[in-house]
Amino acid sequence: MSSFFIPMLIFLVILYASLKKINVYDSFTEGSTESFGMILKLFPSMLAMIVAVNVFLKSGILEAFISLIEPILKLLYLPSEVLPMAIIRPISGSSSLAILNNILTNHGPDSFLGRLASVMQGSTDTTFYVLTLYFGSVGIKKIRYSLWAGLFADLIGILSSILFVHLFF
Amino acid sequence: MINKLWIFFLLSGILYAFFTGNMEVINKEITASLNTVFTMCTQIFVVMALWLGIMRIAKDAGLLDMLSRKLSKVLKVIFPEIPENHESFSFIASNIIANFFGLGSAATPFGLKAMKSLQTLNQKKDTASRSMITFLVINTSGLTIVPTTVISLRMLHKSANPTDILIPTILATVCATIAGLIMDRILARRSR
Repeated sequence: MSSFFIPMLIFLVILYASLKKINVYDSFTEGSTESFGMILKLFPSMLAMIVAVNVFLKSGILEAFISLIEPILKLLYLPSEVLPMAIIRPISGSSSLAILNNILTNHGPDSFLGRLASVMQGSTDTTFYVLTLYFGSVGIKKIRYSLWAGLFADLIGILSSILFVHLFF
Repeated sequence: MINKLWIFFLLSGILYAFFTGNMEVINKEITASLNTVFTMCTQIFVVMALWLGIMRIAKDAGLLDMLSRKLSKVLKVIFPEIPENHESFSFIASNIIANFFGLGSAATPFGLKAMKSLQTLNQKKDTASRSMITFLVINTSGLTIVPTTVISLRMLHKSANPTDILIPTILATVCATIAGLIMDRILARRSR
């Protein structure tokens, strides 16, 4: 069913725009040019984070830490491979993307772990980054309870990812 | 925060590998990572280009404006402190709609405009207002129906069906957003 999703979205947008007599082709090329700017902004942080996360993960330090807290993870039905993802997701988007990339390489995108990590990545955003960027832009220094509300949303996002991936696959 | 995290990842990783005699692996990993960065960036670049193109069509056709007008009605309930017909409603709505379709880059400029206009309503300029916090909770909970980066990464890894994670993702993000909004209400009431 979800393989219909993207083609239908594209179909509907183009249908609507052509009924409105928009030059669809020009709009498309103008819009896609913006991806140059985006990738330029994204590239340095991706480079920095992928190298750092891979060095960190390959060193084996995380396995040592995870084996200590294994019993708690079992209670949450959280496979220990995705724990780094759950911890890092709210802190850094590019490093959790790097971890997702690792999981997809090692376990495959259609494995249970691959799907769980994909859903976790897709279902919440980088709380620390969002707060820094948006509050910073208007000079807010006292952020009050916003971090707690944001992190609570992340926690629920991660727990419901586990629940729904178990239900669906 | 990210600065500290980066230092921690690299220093602790290299140090741990040094003491466990794992240096060979780390050495190889640094070179291998560069390949990963290259494939990831090129792939994401192409998928982003597609989506930004499609979304520009939607924007030029007035589809985003139409959706954000509809959304404004719901927003009045979520943001009780913003006066009726204030311009910040349209910025907030555009930001949410853009995020909804997985257009982070289109969402950010709207979000920044929304913050600026919420700041004009704010009494204490260095302190976050209640409406600002509610707005950011919606953003941090990542409300979306098309997680573009995840889909492109799954395509890159040759998933048989890259989009089969969409429905669980939507359900999880809706749960996160609702939970965030409830927590926001509770904390707002307590801090009054």
